[in-house]
Amino acid sequence: MSNSVLIVGGGIAGIQASLDLANRGAKVYLVEKTPSIGGRMAQLDKTFPTLDCSICILAPKMIECFRHPNISMLTYSEVKEVSGKEGHFVVKVLQKPRYVTADKCTGCSTCMEKCPVKTPNEFDMGLGNRKAIYMPFKQAVPLVATIDPGNCLYFTKGVCKVCQKVCPSNAVDFEQKPKEVKLNVSSIILATGFDTFNPSVMKEYGYGRFKNVIHSMEFERLICASGPTEGHLVRPSDHKEPKNIVFVQCVGSRSQRGEFPYCSSVCCVYATKESILVKDHMPNTEVYIMYIDMRAVGKGFQEFVDKAKKEYNVNYIKAHPGGISEDPKTQNLQVYYEDIKACEMRKLDADMVVLCPALIPKEDNKKLAEATGAELDEYGFFRPKNPLTAPVDTNVPGIYICGYCQSPKDIPESVAQASGAAARAAETIAEVSEEA
Amino acid sequence: MSKEKQPKIGVFVCHCGVNIGAVVNVPEVVEYAKTLPNVAYAEGNLYTCSSEGLSKMKEAIKKYGLTQVVVASCTPRTHEPLFRGACEEAGLNKYLFHMANIREHCSWVHPKEQEKATQKAKEIVRMAAAKAALLEPQTEPEIDVLPSALVIGGGISGMSAAISLAHQGFSVHIVEKKDVLGGKLNELHKLYPVNKQSSEVVEEFIQAVKSNPKITLHTSSTVKNVDGFIGNFKVTLDQNGKEKAIDVGTVILATGAEVLEPNGKYCYGEDPNVITQFELERVMKEGKLKKPKNVVMIQCVGAREDKEGGRNYCSRICCAMAVKNALEIRELYPDSEVTVLYRDMQTYGKDFEEYYQKAREQFVQFIRFDAENPPEVIIKSKGEYSVRVEDILINDTVDLDADLIVLSTPLVQTEEAKELSKMLKVPLGADGFFLEAHVKLRPVDFATEGIFVCGTAHSPKTISESIAQAYAAASRAGIPMALKRVRTEAITSIIDEDLCTGCGTCIKLCPYSAIRKNERGIATVNDVLCKGCGVCAASCPEKAITMRHFSDKQVLAEATAALGGA
Repeated sequence: MSNSVLIVGGGIAGIQASLDLANRGAKVYLVEKTPSIGGRMAQLDKTFPTLDCSICILAPKMIECFRHPNISMLTYSEVKEVSGKEGHFVVKVLQKPRYVTADKCTGCSTCMEKCPVKTPNEFDMGLGNRKAIYMPFKQAVPLVATIDPGNCLYFTKGVCKVCQKVCPSNAVDFEQKPKEVKLNVSSIILATGFDTFNPSVMKEYGYGRFKNVIHSMEFERLICASGPTEGHLVRPSDHKEPKNIVFVQCVGSRSQRGEFPYCSSVCCVYATKESILVKDHMPNTEVYIMYIDMRAVGKGFQEFVDKAKKEYNVNYIKAHPGGISEDPKTQNLQVYYEDIKACEMRKLDADMVVLCPALIPKEDNKKLAEATGAELDEYGFFRPKNPLTAPVDTNVPGIYICGYCQSPKDIPESVAQASGAAARAAETIAEVSEEA
Repeated sequence: MSKEKQPKIGVFVCHCGVNIGAVVNVPEVVEYAKTLPNVAYAEGNLYTCSSEGLSKMKEAIKKYGLTQVVVASCTPRTHEPLFRGACEEAGLNKYLFHMANIREHCSWVHPKEQEKATQKAKEIVRMAAAKAALLEPQTEPEIDVLPSALVIGGGISGMSAAISLAHQGFSVHIVEKKDVLGGKLNELHKLYPVNKQSSEVVEEFIQAVKSNPKITLHTSSTVKNVDGFIGNFKVTLDQNGKEKAIDVGTVILATGAEVLEPNGKYCYGEDPNVITQFELERVMKEGKLKKPKNVVMIQCVGAREDKEGGRNYCSRICCAMAVKNALEIRELYPDSEVTVLYRDMQTYGKDFEEYYQKAREQFVQFIRFDAENPPEVIIKSKGEYSVRVEDILINDTVDLDADLIVLSTPLVQTEEAKELSKMLKVPLGADGFFLEAHVKLRPVDFATEGIFVCGTAHSPKTISESIAQAYAAASRAGIPMALKRVRTEAITSIIDEDLCTGCGTCIKLCPYSAIRKNERGIATVNDVLCKGCGVCAASCPEKAITMRHFSDKQVLAEATAALGGA
């Protein structure tokens, strides 16, 4: 259809682009790989620099997508094939089986209570558990259960089916098959977001070896009231409240030795936000941020850093730690760094270290690039047609990009860019309808 | 509405997961709600805002014939539209919905006093039910939207917004105070990362603007006055002293920014070879940069500091600009030394960080200083300087000879923008830039409908960021214009003509200029302009003004219930 648009990725960028287009009367197909829209923003506790509760400001937009008469959500789905050209793309989307009939499921979660299989919850970065039949988080949209066949006893061992027995709506369907959906759209917006670099590669920091070294996305789930500890920030090793926390910036980013040379753009300020959250929860805990350059470039960000220094007494140390060691008995940590003022190596005791890893493009971008013909850059971000003058266009006319998958950026910029991509898609719609 | 008809209120109390449920005893509040006057139905929900919660609400409205609905949960700021929407879907006018906030106003602030919090939640619900019983249906007037936009500012942001809107099919008027388009880009030399002359890039945009029949250009023009509201703004332009009137449906502010003059700092103004980064651009653009021996660039001059006329924000673009010009000078004159004195290198993201590394490879020297201990510039003789800086990375004092000193000063808000802020009644933030409706999620909107912002008028940003944001403003402005109609505020004031004495108090106080006197000298309200703030109702000496949805009767009922009355 000439006035329809495909949006790939149901994070804040994809949601914003969907709403802008749907609100002007365009027909939107929003494809999301996981069982729920919401993306990274749904996982965050608070957002900088306003300290708004992240899910609280996001959830109304998620529901708006769900309820919008012009938006068809295809969750738990992936784009497989794209053909045609601007104005006339034909897209094949694979809807993976949830083994639950979406129309029947009321989201009552009885099945989740009775399911006997526990497995780490991806949404909580593996820190908490979910069941083999699950909804990724309480505000999931759509609020429909999904069976993970890799862990379900029926699929792995042929037994159980408890969920089917207890479901009051008769929604569980073990026979569900993958479904291919064919869409005709005039343009496509890619908004696939980012992944977190696995810091265990950097052995000197001990991530994966030392229990009390965590990374920032794990921190977000630990400090969040809906997270696995209900917002109680405790050490993974002994569940005690940490008295000293060190945040380490640029873990795998701005690296000259083979990781990622670029700056992830958001870490300095989110570490500042996370420090303020620590102080809000536990005013007597000391917080240190070790950084190379304090990059607080967005609107109100420098003021936010100043506030963390003055009002919250967060300690900012210009240093890039060389390593972290652990006392095997107490599982307390020591962070080794160079005190540049004194020109000597020092160590700082820490009960917990939070690494701020490079944020990296989604692995799936490669498949999408192949399917759509949109080019990737050397790291795997989608390459804008012109980095200066055409930031949301790609080399393929009618295919647009926005959010972190275009290059590192924060939420307000992702939202602005998403609206920007929506404007370009609206231009395509106007041009196509003129031709017709 | 008939007064005899007994209200049947439905109350839905939300656990909000543990947010409310872990503090407030929700089942107890539900039972209490059932005992309140006019309450016909009450239930608790894990998340009333979930699709399940909403469908249960809709079912209950139909099943029990509810006439008003109360949801006791979180904040109306985010969730009221959702619940109102559900009421509408169930056939209930959305103004028959009322929200009681038992999260922000109760569970979040009293986490350790569960019993008292439960009591307070009951009282909040009691107040809400008392008001809800008196709620009446309201209508939101619909107005037509002219399919044309006014873009104020003909820089890269304004041109990008205009081009996008024109491609979307709308007519656009660009107003530019100068006689040429291009704005700040006209002062720049080369642009990174395309390695093109700024003038070439500007020319492409100017051609796109001029060749588009949907765009009307008003150069050497300023906006003299704006009247009206979304859908129908009446704009008066001043073009070289001549007035021009145009009507538009939406307005985009793309007025750009100015560069802070570093007067008195680092000998600026005392010697000709102490210049700003923008002045260096101009010199290079004109090809007049004489070969310097030693260039010293100083970052954060008047930025990230709130003393001596400085700004406490980071101006975002200056570090990358310094890196670009340092490389440019090294390429032009490979024998010239360039040193950049910085506090934190703000080369964020992908391209700038690469560029910074390239500058280091090209032997541009970077010296880091502390804000507490800024560099010092001494004029040795005309055009010869000595710069002393405490290098915190080697913990030593460094003396540098220089014959060109370049100061990176921040972008600041323009005087015109301050006037436009008053004229259009859109706010400026503490940093002087236009303040958007929501910092995170509504980056180009204002609370006032139909007016949008983009580019450096919003905050310092790069060219590509300005273009993306300009498209965003074009998307947001395009929505009401594509729909051709918008609904406006229902909560407005009503003037009782029999009571009004025409004293004019409300007219003077109304911040939206929504009240005028009619031919009989009586105050009348323009419903489209009125935002329902209530200032007029509070100040009317004759009590002739009532606010829709907030009548004295409704507010008093709520207050009486708060004090324990029914």
